[in-house]
Amino acid sequence: MDQYTLNLLVVGATFALYIGIAIWARAGSTSEFYAASRGVHPVTNGMATAADWMSAASFISMAGLIAFGGYGASSFLMGWTGGYVLLALLLAPYLRKFGKFTVPEFIGDRFYSPTARMVAVLCLVVASVTYVIGQMTGVGVAFSRFLEVSNTTGLLIGAGVVFLYAVLGGMKGITYTQVAQYCVLITAYTIPAVFISLQLTGNPVPGLGLFGNHVSGEPLLARLDQVVTDLGFKQYTAQDGTPSSVINMTLFTFSLMIGTAGLPHVIIRFFTVPKVADARWSAGWALVFIALLYLTAPAVGGMARLNLIDTIYPNGTQSEPIDYEARPDWVRNWEVTGLLKFEDKNGDGKIQWYDDGSEDFAATARERGWTGSELAVNRDILVLANPEIARLPGWVIALVAAGGLAAALSTAAGLLLAISGAVSHDLIKGQINPDISEKGELLAARLAMAATICVATYLGLNPPGFAAQTVALAFGIAAASLFPVLMMGIFSTRINNRGAVAGMLTGLLFTVIYIFLHKGWFFIPGTNQFPDTISGSLLGIQSTAIGSVGAVLNFAVAYFVSKASEDTPREIKELVESVRVPRGAGAAVDH
Amino acid sequence: MTDQASKPETKATETDRGYWTANVRIIAVCLVIWAIVSFGFGILLRPLLAGISVGGTDLGFWFAQQGSILVFLALIFFYAWRMNKLDREYGVDEG
Repeated sequence: MDQYTLNLLVVGATFALYIGIAIWARAGSTSEFYAASRGVHPVTNGMATAADWMSAASFISMAGLIAFGGYGASSFLMGWTGGYVLLALLLAPYLRKFGKFTVPEFIGDRFYSPTARMVAVLCLVVASVTYVIGQMTGVGVAFSRFLEVSNTTGLLIGAGVVFLYAVLGGMKGITYTQVAQYCVLITAYTIPAVFISLQLTGNPVPGLGLFGNHVSGEPLLARLDQVVTDLGFKQYTAQDGTPSSVINMTLFTFSLMIGTAGLPHVIIRFFTVPKVADARWSAGWALVFIALLYLTAPAVGGMARLNLIDTIYPNGTQSEPIDYEARPDWVRNWEVTGLLKFEDKNGDGKIQWYDDGSEDFAATARERGWTGSELAVNRDILVLANPEIARLPGWVIALVAAGGLAAALSTAAGLLLAISGAVSHDLIKGQINPDISEKGELLAARLAMAATICVATYLGLNPPGFAAQTVALAFGIAAASLFPVLMMGIFSTRINNRGAVAGMLTGLLFTVIYIFLHKGWFFIPGTNQFPDTISGSLLGIQSTAIGSVGAVLNFAVAYFVSKASEDTPREIKELVESVRVPRGAGAAVDH
Repeated sequence: MTDQASKPETKATETDRGYWTANVRIIAVCLVIWAIVSFGFGILLRPLLAGISVGGTDLGFWFAQQGSILVFLALIFFYAWRMNKLDREYGVDEG
C-alpha cells in the first residue's frame, strides 16, 4: 500500500470515529450544550482538557521551537504547564462552585455590572477568534501535505467535520470527541519519539533518553552541544545570561502561565465535572495528560536537531556534508512544499548548513570554503518530518498526520464552544433578549457556532498574514485582562464593579497598544514604531512577554480604583464567601 | 481584604472563615514552590546550579525542560488531596 492510501485510511478512520461519537452524544438541553450536564468524570474531563489545550502549536510547532532554540525555548514548556497550577489553585474549584456556564457570566455577576460582562465578552471573542484562525490554517497545511488535496479542500473537509460534531453535540459531543482525539494525538506523538530515542540512546522513554547517553557513549546533550557549536550555532543548553534576556524569559514564561490560566476555552472545561473536589482532581489529570506530551517534546526537539545534523554531515561535523544529489527522500518531499530550501551558494554541490550569522564562526567558514548557509529549514516541519528523518514505517507517518489534525480540530472545537457560549448566553440571553426560551437559546448557540465556523474557515482560507503573531495577542489579552479579574473576584471581596472594569480596560489597552507598537497597528507590516527586539523595544520587553506587565497594571488599577470608590454590596460579599466553600455546589447549578 | 464583621444574617460562618484562611495558607506554600522550581531553578538561579551536572548538562536545564513540569504535577495532586481533607475537617465538603 502506498503512503497516500495509508494516510487516507488512517485519517479517514479517525474522522469516522469523531462523527460516530458526535451522533452518540447529541446535546438536547442548554446544560448539555454548555456544560455536558456537569456529568463528566474528572479523568475523562482531564483528558478532554488536554486535547482542548494542546493545539497545532503544541503538537507541530513546539518541538521545532525547542530544537532550534534549545534552552531558550524552555519558556514554552514551563509556561504552558505552569498555568495549570494557577488554574487548579486559584480558579477552577471556585468557578465550578459558582456553577454558571460562561466566564463573562461570572465576571458580570461578581462585579454586578453588565459593562464588565460585555468587556469580558469582547476579550473572550478577540482572544478566541485569533486563536481559532491559527488552528484552521494548521488544518489546511496538514491536509495539503498528507492527503495531497488543495489547501482549500482540506480546510473545508476539516471545517465540515468540526461543524458536525461541535454543532450537534455541544460540550457533550466535544468532550467525548476530545477524549478520542487525545488518544490519537498522544499515540501519534509518542510512537516516533520512542523509535527515535531507541535509535539514538537505546532508551525507550524519550524523556529519559534526552538526559541519557548517546549510543556513541557520551551524554546525548553533550554531543548535541558539540555538533551545534562545531557549525557555529549557539550552544544548545546554554543560557543567555545577560540581565535583559533573563528578565524577558521570566516575563514571557509568566505571561504564558497566566495566559493559560485565563483562556476561557480551558476554564469552561472545569464547569463540566459534578463536584468542586472533582474540579481540583481534574486539573491534575489534565496536566498528567499534557505532561505526557510535554515531557516528550524536549526529547523530540533535541533528538531531531541531532538527527538533522547527522543526516547532513554523515561523517561528522568536521568532515564534508552530503552531496545535494544524494539527499534523502524526506528532503525531496519537503522541498516540494517550499518549507525546506537548498541553494548551492559556493557551487560545490554539497549541502553546507551552519550559522552564517555568527561572527565568531565566519573565519572557520571561510577556511572551509563556505559562502553562506545553503539550507533553510522551516521549524514547523520538524515533528511532521520526524518519522521520515528516522526512516520509520509508513503507518507511523500516517498516524502523525492524523495526530496533527486531531490536535488542531480538538482545540478549534473548544474555542468555538467558548465563543458561541459568549454570544448566545452572555450577549443574546444576557443583554439583548433575556426572555429567550431554552430552545431558542440552544438554537442561538448552534447558529452562533455555525457562524463562527464560517468566519474561522474564511479567515483560515485567507489568513490575514498575521495569524502567527496573533497568538501573542490572544495570550496577552487572556493574561492581562481576564486572569486578574477572575482571581481578584474570588480572593478579594473588596474589588468592586468600577475597579474591575477599569482594571480590565487598563490591562487590555496597555497590552494591545504595546503589541501594536511593536508588531504594527492591526498587524499591518511597517506601521510599528519600535522593532520587536529586546534592545529596540519601548520598555526593553518583547511584545510576547508584555502580558505580565499588563496583568500587574490590571491588579494595581483595580485595587486603587476600588479603594477610592464605594464598598461592594453585602450580597456580593456573600456571593464571594459562598464561592469559596465547596458545600452546596449541587444546589448552585443552573438557573 | 476588608471583610466586614459577620452579622447574624451573613451566611459565612466562623468555620467558613477558618477554612478559607487555611486554604489561602496552603495555596501560598504551593505557589512559593511553583515559583522556585520554574522562575528560580529554571531561569534566575540557574547559574548557581551550574555545578550540579545532570545527563550532559546542569540541573537548571533539567528543571527548565522537565523538572518543573514534574513538580507542577506533584503540587496539583498534593493540593487536591490536601483540600479534600480540609473540606472534611471543616465539614464543608459536598458529601
